Amino acid sequence: MGKTILNVSHVGMRFNLSKEKVDNIKEYVIKLLKKELHYNEFWALKDISFKVEQGDRVGILGLNGAGKSTLLKIISGVFKPTEGNVTVEGKIVPLLELGAGFDRMYTGGENIFLYGTVLGYSRDFLKEKYDEIVEFSGLGEFIDVPIKNYSSGMRARLGFSIATIVDPEILILDEVLSVGDRKFKKKSLNKIKSMMKSNVTVLFVSHNTDQIREICNKAILLEHGRLIAKGDVNDVCDYYEKLIEEEYDIEDLPKKMRKKIKQKKQQGMTAKPSETPQPETRG
Amino acid sequence: MRNVYIQKFISYRHLTVELVKKGIKLKYRRSYLGILWSLIEPLLTMAVLTVVFTKLLGRDAQGLHIPFALYILIGRLMYSYFSSGTKTAMRAIRANAPMIKKVYVPKYLYPLSSTLYTYVIFLISLIDLFGAAIIMGVKPSWYMLQAIIPLVLIFFLTFGVGMILSTVDVFFRDVEYIWEVVSMLIMYTSAIFYTINRFEGWMLNLFKFNPLYRLIEGFRDSFSGQPLHPYGMLYAALFSFATVIFGFFIFYKKQDDFILHI
Repeated sequence: MGKTILNVSHVGMRFNLSKEKVDNIKEYVIKLLKKELHYNEFWALKDISFKVEQGDRVGILGLNGAGKSTLLKIISGVFKPTEGNVTVEGKIVPLLELGAGFDRMYTGGENIFLYGTVLGYSRDFLKEKYDEIVEFSGLGEFIDVPIKNYSSGMRARLGFSIATIVDPEILILDEVLSVGDRKFKKKSLNKIKSMMKSNVTVLFVSHNTDQIREICNKAILLEHGRLIAKGDVNDVCDYYEKLIEEEYDIEDLPKKMRKKIKQKKQQGMTAKPSETPQPETRG
Repeated sequence: MRNVYIQKFISYRHLTVELVKKGIKLKYRRSYLGILWSLIEPLLTMAVLTVVFTKLLGRDAQGLHIPFALYILIGRLMYSYFSSGTKTAMRAIRANAPMIKKVYVPKYLYPLSSTLYTYVIFLISLIDLFGAAIIMGVKPSWYMLQAIIPLVLIFFLTFGVGMILSTVDVFFRDVEYIWEVVSMLIMYTSAIFYTINRFEGWMLNLFKFNPLYRLIEGFRDSFSGQPLHPYGMLYAALFSFATVIFGFFIFYKKQDDFILHI
């Protein structure tokens, strides 16, 4: 049992979805006068609570639009939650879409310093690690080419190399292992695994349950902005796979759902033999 | 509470330096003369303005203690810092939207670094002024040291105005066009290429209540071997600090909503 390193308590995030973006005064005033300035409220997240202990690797599962990225952005401080709060102890390195925070006009090498300082490293430290970063990214001579000419894979490789140069306390990975070629994927997976040995806490978003099972020891499942399952990685992954296959009524409560799954499982098991054609009893 | 902010700023100093560098580097990237332009451009405009206003319009300023060309150069340098500083700061939040959406960084760093990098360019371009002063035979005097006061104050004025504009710009793009017009108005009430001797009444007050004019006046006084105008400088100082405080106030009040609008 480690200490709690991340505590998410009753977090909710509300967005105002205005039908059209009002970003000039004329429209604003007109709409204000006509009282058309109403928004559709939309809760991307509602009442999310969980704790993460040091050394935990938590997989975050959910369909598109379930609120996974919003949750990660709240944890990394990009969004401020509408309600509830998040306490983090330690340094977070967020890898939300690799290469965010790069400047397109800058070369790869210049971006190492820019992105590195965004992540809070000092210039001297980055100078020291420069060769190591370039080496790991495998960019070679392309490091002196402006980022705008990079492929998305190259950008991702550079981003990953910079962000993982130090073992952070919390590493946030949002679908990062789905970019880059197979060789780099393997390399970065190994890197994450070696970081895991040094007791780093990982939050990992992926649609690939195999990857989640491989990396994580715990998992949470989001559905329409609500936390519907948390616990051991295998249980939650099984549950998620079932959910996708069988399209449960998502409004149901988790407990109910679990029961349902069990029931269906049993039914399925008993039903299976009946599918095989029964010897007909004929006279 | 205040300590926390200061600590945070210190921990982000490397990023601030990096952002300032980025601004300067990218501004002059792909130009052959690079940062030399920050020296050439003011000199060329000074030459043009001096010729236009003395030869074409036949208007030479009387009662000045410095050459008219120098008078123009000071006004033009200070105004163009204020104008470019506020404009880049105004767009800072929107320009850095991709970054703001992905990684947490204290957001005021963006308008701050914009104001800072234009300030660095401004300070470099002051080399022109010293060069021109020497060539035009301005005698060095202790009064020149006073110039530090308007130099520091103009940074705060620009930063404060920039913070206000950057906040407003997130919600209303219109401000970019409005500011274009307002800064033109500020330019004409800063008396860059004429003196205010010919004006009186409310017209004169228009200049006197313009803090930028007061700063330019202070800088010119320093170079003409005269003491600063105490009330003018005090007014400009109060105005500058008030805008910084107000700028931080509305920025902090609104910064959590930025992400929803960029």
